[in-house]
Order: sequence, then C-alpha cells, then structure tokens
Amino acid sequence: MANKVAESISREEFFYGHKACAGCGGSLAVRAALKVLGPNAVSVLPAGCMSAVGFNFPQLCFSNNSIISTFAGTASMLTGVEAGLRARGYKDFTAVGFAGDGGTADIGIQALSGAIDRNDNIIYICYDNEAYMNTGIQKSGLTPFGAKTTTTPAGKNIHGNIRPKKNMFEIAAAHDIPYAATASVGYIYDFIQKVQKASQIQGTKYIHVIAPCPTGWGVAPDETVEIAKEVVDCGLWYLAEYENGGFKLNHKPKEFTSVESYLKKQGRFRHLTDEDIQVITASRDKKWEFISKNFVI
Amino acid sequence: MRPYIREKKSFTFDEVPENTCFEAGYLTTVNSGWRSIRPAVNSEKCVGCEQCYLYCPDGVIAINDGKAVIDYDFCKGCGICAKICRIGAIEMEAERK
Ligand SMILES: Cc1ncc(C[n+]2csc(CCOP(=O)(O)OP(=O)(O)O)c2C)c(N)n1
Ligand code: SF4
Ligand code: SF4
Ligand code: SF4
Ligand SMILES: [Mg+2]
Repeated sequence: MANKVAESISREEFFYGHKACAGCGGSLAVRAALKVLGPNAVSVLPAGCMSAVGFNFPQLCFSNNSIISTFAGTASMLTGVEAGLRARGYKDFTAVGFAGDGGTADIGIQALSGAIDRNDNIIYICYDNEAYMNTGIQKSGLTPFGAKTTTTPAGKNIHGNIRPKKNMFEIAAAHDIPYAATASVGYIYDFIQKVQKASQIQGTKYIHVIAPCPTGWGVAPDETVEIAKEVVDCGLWYLAEYENGGFKLNHKPKEFTSVESYLKKQGRFRHLTDEDIQVITASRDKKWEFISKNFVI
Repeated sequence: MRPYIREKKSFTFDEVPENTCFEAGYLTTVNSGWRSIRPAVNSEKCVGCEQCYLYCPDGVIAINDGKAVIDYDFCKGCGICAKICRIGAIEMEAERK
C-alpha cells in the first residue's frame, strides 16, 4: 500500500532519540519538516523545548547540522547561516528555524520582522504549543483566551488568560512576505506539503504550526494528534496560506465540531464557565466572518 | 538510515568540546525506560499504509516489507500510533521488563 506523502519525503530520521515528553507535538513538527528538507537542512533552534530536548551533550539528536541560537535571535541567526553558507559557495542547503510561540510572537518577533524585511532566503517555523513550556508553562503572546498557565492562574474572579491569541500569521503576512502558512500537526499531510512548497520559494517563508504539548495542555500523550485535529475541526484554528499578496483557506470544515468539547478535554481549560465558552465561540465566529470576507475559499 | 547508539564513553572535562561543536546525531542513551505501555503491531492486520510512521513524534516506526516495525530502544509508548491506525493493527500492552 503506497503512501504518496511518505514516498515524497526522506526515509531518514533527522530528529531521533530526543528527550521530548512522550507524545510531544513540537517534536513531531520538527521531525516531519526535517524529513521534507533532508540532510542539507541547517537548523537553528532558540531556547525552548526543542533545543532543550535535542542537545544534551553527548546525546545530539539532530543528525543534520543544527545550532542553538539566543532566545531572541532565531531569525537573525538564520540570516547569518544563509549568508555565510552562500558566501562560501554552498548552493544546495536550506536554512530553517524552529522556534516556539514565546520565541516567535514575543521575544523573537523583532529579529523575525527584520529577516522578512530583508527577504532573506530562510524558512522560519513556529511550533506553537501556546505557552512557554520549557520553563514550566507561562503565558506567551500566543496563549489563547481562557487558558490556565502558571502566570495566568484560574481563580474565582479571573479565569485564566484574559487576552486573545496574537495573530502571528497575519502579522507575518502584513510584511508582504513571499509565503506564510498556518498548519497543525493533526493535519500532517497539509503541513508536509506546506514545508515542501516553502522550500521551493525564494525569500522568507513563515509557517505557523499548532503543536500540542500534552504536559502543558493537560491531555494524555496519545491525544496530541487528535486534539491538534480537533482545534481545526472546531474552528478555533484554521489551515491557510498567504502568497502573492492574498490569503487562501486550504480546508473548510463543513460544520464545526463543538468548541466546548475541544476545551473541556484539556486541563488548562477545564475551569471555564459557560459564559467563557460563549466568549470563545463568539470570537471564533468573528474570525470566520473575517476569513470568509478576506480569504479565497 | 537512523542515528544509532554509539559506544558509551565517558568524557573527561578536557574532552568536552570548548566551542560546543560536536558530531550530529550522536546518541548514547535509549528512551525505552520511559515506557509503561508498549505498542505491539499485529502484522497480519497491518496493511502498510504508513499513517503510524508519519505521525510518530519519535520517528521510531519504519515500514519493512509492507509492515510497521518499531524501534523499541527509542519508542516512548505515547500510544499515538495505536490511535492513528484506522484498522486497529496496533495495540498498547503493558510493558514487560
Ligand atoms: C533571553 C532569555 N530569556 C529567558 C530564557 C529562559 N527560557 C528558556 S526556554 C523558555 C521558554 C520558551 O518558550 P517557547 O518559545 O514557547 O518554546 P517552548 O519551550 O514552549 O517549546 C524560556 C523562557 C532564555 N533562555 N533566554
Ligand atoms: S513540555 Fe510540552 S513542548 Fe516541551 S517537550 Fe514536553 S510535550 Fe514537548
Ligand atoms: S497505521 Fe496500522 S495499518 Fe497502517 S502501517 Fe501503521 S500499523 Fe500498519
Ligand atoms: S508509542 Fe509513540 S513513540 Fe512508540 S511507536 Fe507509537 S507513536 Fe511512536
Ligand atoms: Mg511554547
């Protein structure tokens, strides 16, 4: 039984033996992307779970060339890697970054914006687990409304995070970047295709992939893929691309599955009241109104 | 090819690379001790669709002669493969020591 997607990517493993928690969505995103890009990918990882679990001397789990950057400097190091290799005459390589949500939407946003502005020939992948996981679950700019973290606890009066998730995809697109996309590890075929597409495009590419963290989200390790699928199916996340100045939706759920059931499966949302869930559902509907007006569907 | 376990050697302080630059894909420890449950593939049932191979976060599943085969040195027993297999060819069993 041939699987076309499996045939289209490397059979080799480039992220192996890592110490991520069982069922870690971020590690699945990194693994899949590197199997697309192959042995000549040069990866840059800032502080965060993926560098913490991948580089524990002498256990070095990337079998392609990889380097840890400063927390804020994923994109600037990618710029340097790309320019340096090009200056030395290398042609067949891909500079790819894997940064968390905190490393992207908060501390690394300036370097990312600069790289997009210069249109450096790099792929920047944000694996979004919706909090600063490696330091023990603190709120980031990409933590969704209502989520409980150690810095946004759920109490009687305040029910977790009071701010909505930053819209990094459209922030990247607003630079008029050559290619930006959203993805989810629950739809791995779509993610693989987007990394493939990004690798064929000249200039800066940004891919934002939802990558659940069983530890921080309060789900069982075997639920990572399902929950990453469900967030798309219930409409709280969407699969889209930005290219040639326009937005395109790649996947339109016929009917949304229940937002409540998505939220209540996860420890970080279990405290939410019916009103909180209504607020979240209303914000979803508003987002989809925007999508139906502004995206090619 | 996958990275493989190297001979375990202890590094003296002087041998730890100064510029933190070292061979890529150098593995010295397995992850099998993390498991409390382990996936068991029923080869009779497996149709080699490669779903489990694509979704395993640890990349420990390979397809050999059309059947899923697991590298138990590095499988963490997360159970994602068992859930993703549509025809139920993988079951999670108690880990035997
Ligand atoms: C300048 C700086 N500030 C803080 C830290 C501490 N730190 C290391 S990893 C991390 C969390 C990273 O969160 P995120 O980028 O979302 O990645 P994740 O760990 O969730 O994969 C923090 C705060 C650091 N290494 N460097
Ligand atoms: S804490 Fe979360 S993101 Fe970090 S390794 Fe564990 S599962 Fe992955
Ligand atoms: S998903 Fe099931 S049928 Fe498909 S290769 Fe894996 S074990 Fe075999
Ligand atoms: S249990 Fe998890 S780590 Fe082990 S083979 Fe299945 S998906 Fe991979
Ligand atoms: Mg994070």
